[in-house]
Amino acid sequence: MNKRCIIIPALNEEKSIGPLVRRIKSYADDEIVVIDDGSHDRTAQNAEEAGAQIIRHPFNMGYGVALQTGYKCAAKEGCDYILQMDGDGQHNPAFIQDFFQTMESEECDVIIGSRFLGDNNYKAGVLKSAGIMLFRFITRIVTGAKITDPTSGYQCLSRKVFTVFTTDSFPDDYPDANIIVMLHRLGFKIKEITVTMSENSEGRSMHKGILTVLYYFFKMFLSIFISLLRGRSFYFSEARKK
Amino acid sequence: MTPIQKIFGVITSLLILAAIIYLVKKGKLREEFSWLWLLTGFMLLVLVLWYDLLLLLTKLIGAVLPTTTLFIFGIVFIILLSLHFAVKISSLTDKLKNLAQEISILKAQKKDNPHNGG
Repeated sequence: MNKRCIIIPALNEEKSIGPLVRRIKSYADDEIVVIDDGSHDRTAQNAEEAGAQIIRHPFNMGYGVALQTGYKCAAKEGCDYILQMDGDGQHNPAFIQDFFQTMESEECDVIIGSRFLGDNNYKAGVLKSAGIMLFRFITRIVTGAKITDPTSGYQCLSRKVFTVFTTDSFPDDYPDANIIVMLHRLGFKIKEITVTMSENSEGRSMHKGILTVLYYFFKMFLSIFISLLRGRSFYFSEARKK
Repeated sequence: MTPIQKIFGVITSLLILAAIIYLVKKGKLREEFSWLWLLTGFMLLVLVLWYDLLLLLTKLIGAVLPTTTLFIFGIVFIILLSLHFAVKISSLTDKLKNLAQEISILKAQKKDNPHNGG
């Protein structure tokens, strides 16, 4: 039996994290690890009360670092697969078993939960939709793979993949389309499955404000460019150093 | 270069070199960071004492005045130093991140198994 765990990076999610952990428990009995990235509220306490294992960062280090802490923990505990989802309750836990079953039956390395596959009726803002379409196009051009939702954070990763992600080449802030390019360069098998997502109920987003959005686009283009410059050997030699 | 300019240049260079050596000796500046500063102080001293070299460099880079050459090399040095620090800061940021992650995971493990190890 494969060992699996669910990792949830969270920052100031005291309202949503408890109900989310309880909902996940109704769909899966795997270990749930919440990485509290320096929250100032009761995120860690609420997640713990709901039955999750907590890893608390001493200070805020970014979404990518919180995810990476989860990968490192999963690697230490000998997990075979991990499922990552956001702590704000946007990702519907009803699809957890779909991820694990697809991972085990199709022997993929990465499964991405897509909001745009099938007859999904996900509605995003104009700017967000434009961004997703742009990165879908770039991912298609660069990798040749048809990924409908390259910015989805609802993903299932095999041990091979998250071990590579424990290296310093994993981005601290925005692991999105750049990661798809990196995975493609490394030759990992990527598959998408249909999931439903909701918009953040409090209207919060990592990409608020024009400067943040501009920085996000700059960072994403730079990161994709650097991923293309780096060869497979770079990432694997980094992983071997660990 | 007038004798007064030369004396001023030599004193300034020697003061810079002495300050760097003092800081390294006191442990306030790591040896690994001191080489770039020492090199600069030394180059400044050489250019002041060997005025013909400064004139040659001025001719080589197409500058009109020797002072321009000194300014250009000063700016290049500051750019190199900033780049050197940016590389060091990147490395330190990665180290700090890895350390904080390691502490977080160990604390979580310790909480789950309080009797297990350290």
